[in-house]
Amino acid sequence: MQWFVEPFQYEFFRTGLSVAMLAGALCGLLGVYIVLRGMSYIGHGLSHAIFGGAVISYVMQWNFYLGAGLWGFLTAVLINQTVRRTRIGADAAIGVITTASFAVGVALISRYRRFTQSFDAALFGNILGVTWEEVAVVGGIALLVGLVILLFYKQLLFTTFDSEVAQVYGVRTQWVDTLFALALAAAIIASMQVLGVTLIAAALVIPAITARLLTDSFGRMMAYAVAIGVTCGALGMYLSFYIDVASGATIVLLQAAAFAVALTISGLRHQAGQRLAHVHVD
Amino acid sequence: MQPLVEVRNVTFGYDATPVLRNVSLHLHRGQFAALVGPSGAGKTSLLKLVLGVLQPMHGAALLDGAPIDGRQAGRIGYVPQLETVDWNFPVTVEQVVLMGRVRRGGWGPWHGAAARREAHAVLARLEIDHLARRHIRALSGGQQQRVFLARALIAQPDLLVLDEPTSGVDLRTAENILHLLAELNRQGMTILMTTHDLNAAAAHVPWIVCLNRAVIAEGAPETIFTDAILSRTYGSEMLVIRKDGLLLVAQKPHPHTHHDILPAPVLGHPSVEVGKSTPIDAAPPGALNEEPAYAVVR
Repeated sequence: MQWFVEPFQYEFFRTGLSVAMLAGALCGLLGVYIVLRGMSYIGHGLSHAIFGGAVISYVMQWNFYLGAGLWGFLTAVLINQTVRRTRIGADAAIGVITTASFAVGVALISRYRRFTQSFDAALFGNILGVTWEEVAVVGGIALLVGLVILLFYKQLLFTTFDSEVAQVYGVRTQWVDTLFALALAAAIIASMQVLGVTLIAAALVIPAITARLLTDSFGRMMAYAVAIGVTCGALGMYLSFYIDVASGATIVLLQAAAFAVALTISGLRHQAGQRLAHVHVD
Repeated sequence: MQPLVEVRNVTFGYDATPVLRNVSLHLHRGQFAALVGPSGAGKTSLLKLVLGVLQPMHGAALLDGAPIDGRQAGRIGYVPQLETVDWNFPVTVEQVVLMGRVRRGGWGPWHGAAARREAHAVLARLEIDHLARRHIRALSGGQQQRVFLARALIAQPDLLVLDEPTSGVDLRTAENILHLLAELNRQGMTILMTTHDLNAAAAHVPWIVCLNRAVIAEGAPETIFTDAILSRTYGSEMLVIRKDGLLLVAQKPHPHTHHDILPAPVLGHPSVEVGKSTPIDAAPPGALNEEPAYAVVR
């Protein structure tokens, strides 16, 4: 048990572990909706867009969470509206809008070379520099997003399954999409400290798609995705502590390993099912 | 008497080119009507205008005299084309049916015992109660269609709208679905559907609306299914054959389909005797028709 207890003597590990598990749960939960909507690329795009927002917040001297959060939310709404109102597909809309937003950030950095702020943390994550205040913010966001998902579960499920039909049955799909965009922007900002812009997409997609391979039930898929996110967050922190590798990358690599295991299990199950079908036919 | 659905001089298009021009249509309570017409005639667009998903450029779509704009949500039960459903989505039959009562479902992920009882009652009415816990992918085409019908019925709608309910299912299943709809209509449900299956519509649907960007004609199948009206609707020559009280619609066969250039049809399972197929002469009397082929649904 020494290996388990030893890292806890360090403050940076305690805060890092808390925030990694919270971000894992948050990304796992929202990832389910992203994967089922076929919008896996949105996590990648939105995290880049929010980077633009983070730079603008710094230049304008706004609060990071408010500035970057608002920017990310507006970007997500703009993507939704573009997809709804034009013939442009989700992948193209995400590609255009989020890269433009990222470019704004890059342009501002190159224009104001006197930056003292390092944006390395935003790009690659800096889990070891997290303070308890930041843990509290991430915890608050996770609680709020969890509550929203719980309250609007039926509406979100129907909208994700078939948005147009949900509208006919009285679901205010525009509001549901806006609420989801807000939750997603908040989750990405919360996870930025842990994983950085470059790895958030993986944390949003991998636990959800891994869970999808393991179950045909929507409720269980959510539970598995959250469990995978939390477990990989915790194990990744330990592993990175002992092997001295970047925490964000370790967490994502563990998630990828979980995906590979689930893919193997799913493949074996499929083969067994086919063999059973052959036996019945014969 | 005020119609349940009124489409009044509606023009609609996705861009500058109108898909529907000056379309007017009335549907009274208890009516069962089918929209027929070629692909691209605007059938699905007209359905979506009635559903309130699309808004007309000109004119109005009304439900009980009020513009359809989303406030009527729950009064219309909609069964989309099966082709549009994501069959890999992780939901069970029961979960899909319960989506239909989303407006009455309250907050949170849980459905009460009453809601579940309601869902099972609707499923039992459609004779698929035993499939409640199955994943939607694990059903036959006919069962899948019934699941989405159950979702529509649990909403307790005034109007049932179905987009191609017989598309992608075999003839027997299509007939079962249409029998089911006819039964629901006898129980008082107002139904509007689209279909490409003219013979099935002739046999089961009492009111036909021929559409090709505009309403060409509407009425009972006996009056609507004429060579002239169908040829005008579809823009190609159509044959209507009346025999023993049946209305059969066929396309004029192309010269290339003449019998003398066709290989002899194979009857029976070829693997029963490898290399020996049953010749056409051995077919049971009446199994093959010397007339050009046309589909008879019943």
